[in-house]
Amino acid sequence: MILRIENVTKDFKVSHGPLARATHFTALKDVSLSVGKGESFGLVGESGSGKTTLTRLILQLDRVSSGRILFDGTDLASLSARDLRHLRSRIQIVFQDPYASLNPRMTVHDIISEPMEIHQDTLGLNARQRTDRVVELLELVGLGGQHLFRFPHEFSGGQRQRIGIARALAVRPEFLILDEPTSALDVSVQAQVLNLLHELQAKLGLTYFFISHDLGVIRYVCDRVALIYRGEIVEQGETERIFEAPESDYARLLLSAMPEPDPDRSPFRPPAASAG
Amino acid sequence: MTTLAEKVPASATSSRWENARRGFYRFRNSWLSIAGLLIVLVLFIIAVIGPSIVPYPEHVAGSVSTATRFQPPSALHWFGTNELGQDVFSLVVAGSQISLLAGLAVVAVGALVGTLVGAVAGYFGGWTDEVLMRLADLKLTVPSLILAMAVAAALGPGILNMVIAISISWWPGYARLVRGEVIAKKEEMFVQAARALGAGTGRILRRHILPNILTPVIIKMSLDMGFAILTVASLGFIGIGVKPPTPEWGSLLSIARTYMPDYWWTAVFPGSAIFLAVFGFNLLGDGLRDVFDPKARR
Amino acid sequence: MALLEIRDLHLGMRSFEGEAHVLNGIHLTVERGEIWGIVGETGCGKSLTGLSISRLVSTPPGRYITGSISLEGRNLLTASEPEMQSLRGRRIGMIFQDPTTNLNPAFRVGEQIVDVALHAGGLDPSILGVGAKASRSERKKAARNLAIDMLAKVGIPKAGERIDDYPHQFSGGMRQRVLIAMALIGRPDLLIADEPTTALDVSVQAQILRLLYDLVQEHQLGVLLITHNLGVVAQICTHVAVMYAGNIIESGSVREVFKNPNHPYTTGLLASVPTAKMKRGELQGLPGSVPNLLAPPPGCRFAPRCAAVQPRCTAAIPPSVAVAAHHEVACVLAEPHASAAA
Ligand SMILES: Nc1ncnc2c1ncn2[C@@H]1O[C@H](COP(=O)(O)OP(=O)(O)OP(=O)(O)O)[C@@H](O)[C@H]1O
Ligand SMILES: Nc1ncnc2c1ncn2[C@@H]1O[C@H](COP(=O)(O)OP(=O)(O)OP(=O)(O)O)[C@@H](O)[C@H]1O
Ligand SMILES: [Mg+2]
Ligand SMILES: [Mg+2]
Repeated sequence: MILRIENVTKDFKVSHGPLARATHFTALKDVSLSVGKGESFGLVGESGSGKTTLTRLILQLDRVSSGRILFDGTDLASLSARDLRHLRSRIQIVFQDPYASLNPRMTVHDIISEPMEIHQDTLGLNARQRTDRVVELLELVGLGGQHLFRFPHEFSGGQRQRIGIARALAVRPEFLILDEPTSALDVSVQAQVLNLLHELQAKLGLTYFFISHDLGVIRYVCDRVALIYRGEIVEQGETERIFEAPESDYARLLLSAMPEPDPDRSPFRPPAASAG
Repeated sequence: MTTLAEKVPASATSSRWENARRGFYRFRNSWLSIAGLLIVLVLFIIAVIGPSIVPYPEHVAGSVSTATRFQPPSALHWFGTNELGQDVFSLVVAGSQISLLAGLAVVAVGALVGTLVGAVAGYFGGWTDEVLMRLADLKLTVPSLILAMAVAAALGPGILNMVIAISISWWPGYARLVRGEVIAKKEEMFVQAARALGAGTGRILRRHILPNILTPVIIKMSLDMGFAILTVASLGFIGIGVKPPTPEWGSLLSIARTYMPDYWWTAVFPGSAIFLAVFGFNLLGDGLRDVFDPKARR
Repeated sequence: MALLEIRDLHLGMRSFEGEAHVLNGIHLTVERGEIWGIVGETGCGKSLTGLSISRLVSTPPGRYITGSISLEGRNLLTASEPEMQSLRGRRIGMIFQDPTTNLNPAFRVGEQIVDVALHAGGLDPSILGVGAKASRSERKKAARNLAIDMLAKVGIPKAGERIDDYPHQFSGGMRQRVLIAMALIGRPDLLIADEPTTALDVSVQAQILRLLYDLVQEHQLGVLLITHNLGVVAQICTHVAVMYAGNIIESGSVREVFKNPNHPYTTGLLASVPTAKMKRGELQGLPGSVPNLLAPPPGCRFAPRCAAVQPRCTAAIPPSVAVAAHHEVACVLAEPHASAAA
């Protein structure tokens, strides 16, 4: 197990104006799950269920209220600032919105080489080598080196998401968090990105922590899945098992609401209805 | 936006150039912005080369010719002459240098100090924010002209002292603007992304936050230029700015006011120069807003 | 007479690089009781088609080059602005994508619906159900009652109490219901819904789709449902139009188009959606990306990405041919159907 999350709870203090007393909001409640090396683990849940909060905890952008997060056997909370920085080169993240997650004032070259600059001490690349690696990464994600000096707004959504993936891969991470990497993209482009992710996993032996609310995508990408509802894990297990024989009501509800692109399986039409 | 796969820039410079051309396209769509840009350009050209081409450089240097006092505008003296017989045109042209330079210095110092204070306050928050912003509020409670007058009076006359005096009352505006922008940008996804990569505070501020808040600061600087020139002129007007014989629009106007309305030209021309500068910089500022508007990225 | 008939609609959009031909000859006929899904990749002109019908595209930068849009025979492109305003409140209802930006956070939900109801009532007093000479307060009262009815109808529980809430007190799905209620208050004949469920969770989406479906059954509306979710289209639409770079390249009844796609683009789009039986890495997808509309490829705009491309594809835009009853395809490979040709 490369990542173990043990009984993690996260409370937020919510203030309702200057006079009211602050209350607590529990975004995650006693969450436990573990992700094996080289697998694709899916996390599914509706908006506001706490998915992004969990990734922020894994990345140590926020502190847990209680519980532990272990990466490769070490408790993240116990790490010194130096070790934490080192760890950040092993865990990387690709964000949901390819439009907002790239700095509009930086060129593609600067965006992708920035993580290598930050982790200069572990990677030890000079400027020339960094540029070479940026070109290499751009080719890896199917963009080509000619895009080196363009700005993010000059790219389409799918291309931007590839830039985001290239940036995440720049420091040779083992563990990639994908926070709804395709929800802002067209299905055609989503297919391209999903295929790219599959190729990369095979080539680089990555572990994926894949967040989505699209059950079709999760089923296609993940080996194991956890369903999260209002901050609590309601079911987890092998993907096929959950899709074929869901145990919780919530899983059944989600599966029944998932719109399948097959006109014959529509809840609105009796199957016997004729065409037209 | 469609992708332009065919046109591929070869370097960051050409890419920036392309963006600048897009920006200019939006700028060009409003002739008022163009007018502002032209006014500002002409003012700067006059400020640079003006003093060396004025018809009566000796008047600029302070010499008087009592024989030609209060002559109305004519071919010889375009803007007429003043109570000392000096050519008003020469004085107004030469005065542009001091006024623009002082205005620029005030805005630059104010923006620099304000940006630093605002960025630190906005990024770190907590008591740092509390202390710095209370300090800024304190400045905002005293009308800036009064504060500048007090400081200028304490420091004594002179251009440098005047710039310091005005800047002291000028930075809080920038600090508030920058603080707000930094707080907003801090939550942006790409800043979070940089943090997730392990970037430190310095890098995040320098490379991710500040470049993205420069735009409103530049726009404010341009809009403020007019008011800074006005403030410089006001201090000149009440006599604690630049001392004669150095020509400066505000002090020219101040002296001339006693001769209104009979010798109107002594006041109207310096006054128009101030008006033109304020107007030009404001139009330019509005135009720049369009250029930098990220929503207009077409 | 068809409820909505779009004929050969061409729309240009001016920008820094020049004028792009963003709608390039749209043909579409919608009858009452039909739910038309408009699908396609981003930037293909779905929203602009919808906005054109209610004439909400600003001109400039937009420019209608040729074509007509008629609502029961009345050409909307030549209608005056006041005439359009009266149509928008009444006969054409619109729902936009983002429920958060289309409700004013500063006003109570009820006030916003009442405003719409009063506007619609001003155009057609029968909507409020009060006489033409009714006093202001009577009309207001009637409008409020209507607003409560509509909220109840779109499935807001305890509508009478919730009507005085502010938008932020409603969930995303409830806000979308409010927008649907507003769009329906003038009893429109045509409803244009631009991605009404994209911002919502699947469970909420299912409720909204149910609501839309039931409304169509009850009132026999014509609906234009703009989306890029093929699953949604398969579920509730009766018909679908697939758009690519400003053209409708395939259209017809949902079952026909989904079960028997003729255009390589439609095939590719359908193959991009992961299904239960697929193994990892089997997803087909479509290579490449949408063309630059400022310099579109000659002939069929899909040709550069098409696996079955032929030399004649680049000669001219292929005309639409009927390959079956209720199924038209604009592709050189499409075989005209004998009986449908008549
Ligand atoms: N800093 C914070 N302070 C207070 N509440 C917060 C904070 N961050 C998140 N929350 C709350 O925690 C809950 C979970 O948020 P989170 O962003 O993790 O959801 P999510 O599952 O990622 O949703 P989505 O699918 O919309 O991205 C939400 O109700 C949110 O409002
Ligand atoms: N105001 C505008 N000025 C210039 N071009 C525009 C404008 N609005 C839209 N366009 C262009 O027109 C084309 C069609 O836009 P439209 O909004 O109809 O796309 P869409 O199919 O609705 O896409 P999406 O799925 O992203 O909503 C795009 O290429 C877009 O760039
Ligand atoms: Mg999230
Ligand atoms: Mg759209």
